[in-house]
Parts: sequence; C-alpha cells; structure tokens
Amino acid sequence: MYKPMNSSRHNCDVLVIGGGPAGLAAAACAAEGGARVTIVDDNPGLGGQIWRGEQRKPSAPEAAEWLRRAQTAQVEFIGGAQVYDQPEKGLLLAENFDGVIGLRYRRLILATGARERFLPFPGWTLPNVMGAGGLQALVKSGLPIDGSKVVVAGSGPLLLAVAAYLRKSGAEVLLIAEQAPQRRLLAFGLGLWNSPAKIVQAIKLKRQLAGVPHLTDCWPLAANGEERLQSVTLRRGRKTWDVACDYLACGFHLVPNIELAAFFGCAVHAGAVQVDEFQQTTIPDIYCAGEATGIGGLEVSLMEGRIAGLAAAGRQEKARVLIAERRRLHRFADLLNRTFALREELKSLPQPETIVCRCEDVSFARLKKQTAWRAAKLHTRCGMGPCQGRVCGAAIEFLLGWQAESVRPPVFPVRIGSLIRDTTLVTGQE
Amino acid sequence: MPEAITLSVNGHSVTVPEGSMVSTAVILSGATSFRRSVTKQPRAPLCGMGICFECRVTVNGRPHVRSCQIPCRDGMDVQTDE
Amino acid sequence: MTSRVFDLAIVGGGIVGAACALEAARAGLSVALIEGGVIGGGATAAGMGHIVVMDDSEAQFALTHYSQQLWQAIAPELPSDIEYEECGTIWVAADEEEMVEVRRKVDFYQARGVAVEILDEHGLGEAEPNLRKGLAGGLLVPSDSVVYPPAAARYFLERAQALGAQLHLGRAAVALSGEGVRLNDGTVIGAPVVVNATGSWAPGLTPGLDVQKRKGHLLITDRYAGFVRHQLVELGYLKSAHSLTSDSVAFNVQPRKTGQVLIGSSRQYGVDDSKIEAAMLSRMLARAEEYMPGITRLSAIRTWTGFRAATPDKLPLIGPSPGEDWLYLATGHEGLGITTSMGTAKLLVDQLLNRSAQIPVAPYLPSRAHEEAMHA
Repeated sequence: MYKPMNSSRHNCDVLVIGGGPAGLAAAACAAEGGARVTIVDDNPGLGGQIWRGEQRKPSAPEAAEWLRRAQTAQVEFIGGAQVYDQPEKGLLLAENFDGVIGLRYRRLILATGARERFLPFPGWTLPNVMGAGGLQALVKSGLPIDGSKVVVAGSGPLLLAVAAYLRKSGAEVLLIAEQAPQRRLLAFGLGLWNSPAKIVQAIKLKRQLAGVPHLTDCWPLAANGEERLQSVTLRRGRKTWDVACDYLACGFHLVPNIELAAFFGCAVHAGAVQVDEFQQTTIPDIYCAGEATGIGGLEVSLMEGRIAGLAAAGRQEKARVLIAERRRLHRFADLLNRTFALREELKSLPQPETIVCRCEDVSFARLKKQTAWRAAKLHTRCGMGPCQGRVCGAAIEFLLGWQAESVRPPVFPVRIGSLIRDTTLVTGQE
Repeated sequence: MPEAITLSVNGHSVTVPEGSMVSTAVILSGATSFRRSVTKQPRAPLCGMGICFECRVTVNGRPHVRSCQIPCRDGMDVQTDE
Repeated sequence: MTSRVFDLAIVGGGIVGAACALEAARAGLSVALIEGGVIGGGATAAGMGHIVVMDDSEAQFALTHYSQQLWQAIAPELPSDIEYEECGTIWVAADEEEMVEVRRKVDFYQARGVAVEILDEHGLGEAEPNLRKGLAGGLLVPSDSVVYPPAAARYFLERAQALGAQLHLGRAAVALSGEGVRLNDGTVIGAPVVVNATGSWAPGLTPGLDVQKRKGHLLITDRYAGFVRHQLVELGYLKSAHSLTSDSVAFNVQPRKTGQVLIGSSRQYGVDDSKIEAAMLSRMLARAEEYMPGITRLSAIRTWTGFRAATPDKLPLIGPSPGEDWLYLATGHEGLGITTSMGTAKLLVDQLLNRSAQIPVAPYLPSRAHEEAMHA
C-alpha cells in the first residue's frame, strides 16, 4: 500500500502564489482587510527575484516596507514549495523537499513573476555564463564575487540594476553591453521626463556605475573558454573585440511566467495573463498581478499587487482608487518594452552547431530542419527536458516564430509520488 | 543560530555562511562544473532562480536537486556529476 | 486538380504507414504518402516503442514474432536517434498463480523457437534490483527490444523517399476513392489503390470501420541510468488488455537509452478527450509503485496521452477492404503497432503484389469480420 512522503494541509482565504513585490503587496492588502492570507513560493525566502535576500540583508526601503506590512497583517509564508496541480476547485497541491502540501483557499492570486529571456550564441553553455538576474541571484545566495571581472550584456533595465549590485558587492564590472540602439535608449530617457521618481533612479544608477562603459548597439557574439568562461567576444557596429572576464551576466529582458495560469485555464494573450480592471483573470476567483500580466517593472508590480489583493479581499472601492495610477504606470511599461525590443541581428547569433535546447543538447541546425514545435519536440527532443521549454522556448519563439504549446501536467517537474493521489488530502469532489 | 554551516561537496569539507544555497557550497569547493549535459559538456547554474535545471547535483543521495534553490544544512552530502 | 498518378497512395505517416511506404517503394511501386500533421505524430509518438513477442493467440504470435525478427535484422543499420536497444522484456509474476502462466509461456515460446528464461524470485531480484521483494519471479525474453518510434517512422520515410516515394506533408486527407486521395485543399493525389493507415482516425476516412479508440496515459522521468534495465510488464497486463469495457491500468516500465524511465500503462474505452486525467494517472503510478516502490522518488518531467486503434478481436486489419477493391487497410494495431509495423508492411505489399507471404494472412484480413458477420 503506497505511503506518501510527508503530507500536510493548510487552509486560508486568499492564497498568493509568488512572494515577490506583486505577491507581497497583494498579500498585505488582502490581509489588512481581514482575510487569512498565505504566500507560497518555490524560493526558500520571500522577495521573488528583485527583492531576493531582502529579509536577511535589507537594502531596498520599499522591500522592508512591504515585508513589514505583510508580517504585521499576519500573512503566512510557505517557502520551498512548488505548486503543481489543482485536483479540485479550491485545492492546490504543492511539492516541497519532504513531501506534498494540500493548500485550500477561496481566492487565488497568481504573482508568478517573470524569467529572463536567454538567446543562444556560441559558448553560452559554458560554466560562468549566466543570466544577468541569474548571476545576481547567485551572488545573493552566497556566491563570492569580490574582485571577479564581469561583463554584463543583453538587454533591459535589469542590466543596469545588476551591474550596480555586482559593483557594490565588489565585482569589477568591465562594461555593460545593451543591444538596443542608442536612439531608442535616448528616447526612453526623454520619456522619463514626467516621472521624477524614475529620473532620480536613473541618476542614482548613473552615479553607481560611473566609469563603467555602457555600450549601446552592442551584443555578445561568443563566449570563449574550454571548461569554463575565459573571455567574451563582443560586436558593436563593424567592430568585434574580445574581453577577458570571469563571468558573463547575460539576459535579454524578461518573459512572463504564465504556465500556472495557463494550467488553471486562465486566458493568455501575447504571452501574458489576461486580466480585467481588478486584476481578475478569465477564471472566477483567480487573480493575477505583476510581471505575469506583462513586463512592467517594480512599480507596476506593486500597484497591480495592491489592486489584486484589495479586490480579492472584497475591497473593490479601495482598489478602484488605484486604477488611474496603474494606467499611468502601464504607459511607462509599454515604453520600456518597446525600448528593449530585440533587434533582428540577434537572430543570427546562434551558429548551426550552437546548442539551443540545453536539456537535450539540440543544435540550431537540427532544430531549423523542423517546421513547428510539435514536430521539433518529437524529432529532436527539444523542449522535452526538465526545464519544460522555459529556457529554450522564448529563444525559439524569437528565432523561429514558433508559439509555445498548451501546458500539460505536471506544470513543473515533481516526484512521481506527488502525482499519486493522497486521499487524505484530495477528497475527490470536483 | 549557527554563523556558518559545514557540509561536504564531493567528499571535501566546505564551510559557508548561514543562508547560503548549495550552489554556493559547490562553487566554494572549487568545482566549476555542476553536472554534465547529455553530450557530456560541463554545465553550471544559468538562471539562478530554479527554472533552468543546469545547477542540479545529488544531495544526501537524492539526484537532480536544484542547488540554487536549496539552503545548505550542516552535514549535507553533495555530489556533482563527474 | 489531379496530380500525377501513383501506383499507391498511403494515408497516414505513422510508423505503420511509413513502413508500408518503404516496403512498397522497395518493391518498385511508385508511392505517395499523405500526412496532415507530424510524421509519427499519432499513436506512434505516444506509445512505448516496445518491440515484443506476444502469445495471446497463434495469429498474434505469428505477426509479432515475424516483425520482431525483421526489426532485429535491420537493427545494425538504424541511426542512433532511433535508440534501438535489445534490452529484453521481463514478464513479472507477482505470485505462484502468475508463475503458472510463466511456465505456460515458456512452453509456448520454446516450442516456437523463441529463446526465453525463467527467473525465480532471486533471479528476478538480480536482474532488476529495484523491483520489490517478494515477487515470485518472471519470464525473460532477451530478444525483445525498445525503440524511439517517431524517429523510426521518420527513418522509414526518408528511405522510402530515397527510393522515389513522395511525401505530401501538412494537408490532411478528407476523402478516399478509386481516383485516389482528396486533400483538404481540393488536390487529388491520384492512385488506383489507396491504403488507410491512419490508426484511430481510420473510421473517419472509411466509415463503418470497427476501429475504436483506446486511450492510454504515459509518463517519463528525468535521467536515472540503471534504475530499470529491461522492459518490465506485469502478467496482469494481459488481463487489462483483454477487458473490453472497463478502464484498467497495468505495471509497465521501460528504460530509455537516455536513462529516463518511461512509465505506462492504462487503457480506457469510449474516451475521446486527449487531456490528462489526474485520477487515471494516479492509478497507473500507484500500480507502478506496487512493483517498484522506489519509483515514487523519481522526478516526473512529462505526461501525455495517446489513442490506440483497437479492433474487436485484437488483431490488426491488413489487406483489402471487403467493400471497395481500390481500398486496402493497415490499421487497428492496438498496443502492438510499433512491433508489427514491419510485418504489416510486408503482408500488405505481399497482398498488393500477389507475392507469397511468410506467415498466413487470413487472421488479419479485413474481410474476416465481414465473413464472420455473414456466417453468424
């Protein structure tokens, strides 16, 4: 008779999936209205990506503010738990290191955030080539970076934030290579004129990065090295040159994490979860806030989180007050995404033998022979590995135009044991 | 609350600050490669947030553990692919 | 608009259609193969890729044995992405009653020249350390193997194309007739003979065909080299395959060359929806756990479903349709399509060209049901 690993039960009124800025804001606002609120996150701590480690080493006042508000409102936190199934309405299953947790809730808020978009280029699979957010996350998790030479490359405002953080942590940031054209970045800068907070932020970053070359129209052609990274080849216009370094922190902006929302049946459009004015998805009682509804940055995430939390707790009137400000912030987000759109030249980054699917070591040449995702999966195994297409999917959509397919369970790899129904958790009522 | 944590990586003793992820311990042990890909290429963490699966190691005999998501504990036994 | 006329038009680019295309091309026929979706994208993609000799009936044995030998003969030439591995099958006996069945099978196979070996409890544990203790034993069939079927379908087609076969990919067939095959854009692929090799979709093109969908769930794990070494099937599998009405699961696991473990199997009648049913998946995995307790700790990466094409007597339809003289059938292979694809291709082309077949074709003739009905 099958005996499951540890299984436990947890009840709440509002369940928030994701403990980043949107999730924290949503949880705090829902709980302040009297709801019993729980945040569940695959990460061991609160903060998501941008506020990773803030509980331990506070550095962002806004993070401290929202962490405090959530704590005061008695929001509970379940870390290290990955949601993977919805066996019946009002019940989610999450897997942690020791077993399975049955999470019962009335309303659900998805604050699943975003992940970096990786583009393949020769050598990108070498150890010490990481995402930009990736290297930052590892440093926050303890990776010693003091004295290491780092090239930051790719696209997006994340590059500057990462470069500043790494520098503060003792790294020697050699340069920042941004693929966006200079004129677009200038236009972006000019677009900040009506946002004093953003201008202050920009000036602060400029100061933190004084002396670090910030090259626009620039991108990596190759990462070089044998067993690990030794140098990066960069291109800018007609110029190509090598930079010796210890780490390459490279990411091409962000893509929303929509897999859970899609799994629950929420409508997704253009790779983002569709929501109404109160952040409600197309599925009743499921809300979505933050980067998962479209990349917008920290302020948008906080605003959307607040609206979702208030609405989920039945405080629509308080939520309504914030809608105008959210609209304004969305305009900024649109400008942001237009600014950092990927240029066509990046489609020729991968060479025929460049690995595109890292899980199954599928090269670009093999992939190009196929006509669409399904054929590619069956005939090359691309996308059939544990990352379930999270790393290669966005790249392939950019390079070949193939749209991701629908999501099947398990929405994240889990132990087989977690897929065997534990009847003490799952009552079997649909 | 311990200030530092001692664990074993590939048989070598490593000490890390409390709150460090297993990925930190692997790197501090001197390893640059965490695992070998299906065609035996050396691989190490990419995303830092638990979605790329390149940082997988064996922890206390359990294979395929994402080291960037697991905090170090005293006495942990970590093995990389070699 | 009619294209040039081929000798033969095959509808269905699964492993059966592909094998038929290759065999027909090798026999000198001009062949068109029509596939509206992905080569090997139907049951070929979903199934376990087990090449297995079966003893349910003389006819089933004849076809599976013949086919298994054909696979064995071409094994050396197969490209590596087909992942052909002669890992053997172990039919696992849970108790003494099932060991009686093992001994019956030994007699059956040995009398027909198939090398097999009885494993007692100890031998079973040696062969597969991750099976639970206390199982009575099993039957080892060393010459059975496993493959990755979509790659095999693709390989057969490429070889057929090298011999002149034409592939029409991406437009579905909508009607079959003595003129040939009409596609969804109005094009007609002209041929005096048409083969329906569309698996569980076959009745859509040949109304009245008694081929039913039997849904199956599968799961694949991350890489755990050596966790399982042979294809393992419980003897109760036969009970589940026999049931005509109820949903059933059986212990059935396969080692892939990648080290991943492929887990099945389940059967459902009368379900048209391809979505994963968590309760069914749970039952199937719970059954697997009863035989291999450690399997619960393995990481599951993907699950999927597929539809087997089932006939009432569990034998495929290979040969001319009783109704139309221009129509041949190569479908209804239930869970044995991968194994018997090669034998099916031979028997089909034998009948098309009036060649003498290596095994009697009567049990697989589509007209058998027709005749039985007439004599009933």
